[in-house]
Amino acid sequence: MEWTSYLPPLLQGAWVTVQLTVYSTILGAVLAFAFGIGKLSNNWLIKGVSIGYIEIFRGTSLLVQLFWLYFALPIAGQAIGIDLRLPPVVAGVLALGLNIGAYGAEVVRGAIQAVPKDQYEAGRALNFTPRQAMWRIALPQAVPEMMPTFGNLAVQNLKDTALVSLISLGDLAFRAENIRNFTQDSTTVYTLVLFMYFGMALVLTAFMKIAERSVGRWKTAGR
Amino acid sequence: MSEPIIKFDKVVKRFGSVTVLNELDFSVSPGEKVTIIGPSGSGKSTVLRILMTLESINDGVVWVDGEPLWHEERGGKLQAASEKHMHRMREKLGMVFQQFNLFPHMTVRRNLTEAPIRVLKLSKKEARERADRLLEMVGLQDQADKYPHQLSGGQQQRVGIARACAMRPRIMLFDEPTSALDPELVGEVLNVIRNLAEEHDLTMLLVTHEMQFARQISDRVCFFDRGRICEEGPPSELFSEPKEARTKEFLRAVVDPDSAKGEKQASAEG
Repeated sequence: MEWTSYLPPLLQGAWVTVQLTVYSTILGAVLAFAFGIGKLSNNWLIKGVSIGYIEIFRGTSLLVQLFWLYFALPIAGQAIGIDLRLPPVVAGVLALGLNIGAYGAEVVRGAIQAVPKDQYEAGRALNFTPRQAMWRIALPQAVPEMMPTFGNLAVQNLKDTALVSLISLGDLAFRAENIRNFTQDSTTVYTLVLFMYFGMALVLTAFMKIAERSVGRWKTAGR
Repeated sequence: MSEPIIKFDKVVKRFGSVTVLNELDFSVSPGEKVTIIGPSGSGKSTVLRILMTLESINDGVVWVDGEPLWHEERGGKLQAASEKHMHRMREKLGMVFQQFNLFPHMTVRRNLTEAPIRVLKLSKKEARERADRLLEMVGLQDQADKYPHQLSGGQQQRVGIARACAMRPRIMLFDEPTSALDPELVGEVLNVIRNLAEEHDLTMLLVTHEMQFARQISDRVCFFDRGRICEEGPPSELFSEPKEARTKEFLRAVVDPDSAKGEKQASAEG
């Protein structure tokens, strides 16, 4: 078989991988901000929930989280009479997003805490409420600091999507495995797949660089 | 004499085992310009930081404009103040910081308009007009669209002063406003403060090491030592004829560091 004939199914799989990456990275970013800020809350309940989420998802295997959501949750649901069967895409996006969000939350927390105390004092002297100080003063300064690490996490997330092939989701890794089973042409298939993941990672890194530059424009003004 | 606008009543402030303010009694009349001088660690900046609610107190009562700052009267008793009470009290005060503390991610103009818009709920147009007037006052009207890091230290501090003024406080606190500046930039900042001091209604509390300047603009100078006022009086008296030995020693050291060192050595030898 001609290697070009592998491309259409592989590209179909790559598209699924791209979608999974985008959705789960967005979900992860939302969770990262929610729980990263939550961990700094003075409210013990919000703080406790945030710490719990971060520690549980950082402290357990992504593969197990994925299997738990896809295989265990429906059975647990059955026991209490609720239908908790998730489509593979939903289970995949949820597991990836929850996992990357937990890592991201620590990045968000760290970047916010790195904003100098001076800035909060200036905010207080100008009578900003704590909430305004967070959104108007701390976060705009913290976000540019988060971006390089967020870039790493997004690429990490892209590569982690390969795990979802194990819950029969037709992503790039899943298609590659199918073709290999059918043709036994492991070298060609996996070399192609390697380059495809690498290409996607390059594009993603470029996007994150652009985002990094745009949120940090004030830093380089006039330089 | 009118009611004091600021009154410290036996205020105690401790950092761990160190007592920074030791039952401090201190008051300022409306419109008065008061300079606080003293050795480092004498609690001068702490007085300002307590007034700006950046630092809490351990004992005593601080009164601002007839109301307790850190307390609220509930059922005839003074209780710890709520955030709401302090939010209302902070409207009366503005502060200029040693390190300027400008918001680096905002242009100069937005540094001046952000709080008036978000906190005072001014319209964007009003806030902008107010900001532009203030920038003219501090001589920075052509720097409005720059970011703080593009300005010199002296310019940044002038923005800091304009930013505090934009909230129209009745009391302005200056915490060593020129200590972080290169010597050649001190003058431009002092000029701006001097102009502000001419405003009759504005109460000013200034912590500084610029003795000449303090002498020029102050109605009263307070010498702080070990968490208390050691000596206070009109600048002409305190600088020319200090009564307390500690004041004399401090002034000698500040005005002429070399002679003070020489004398200490002499007394050690003798």
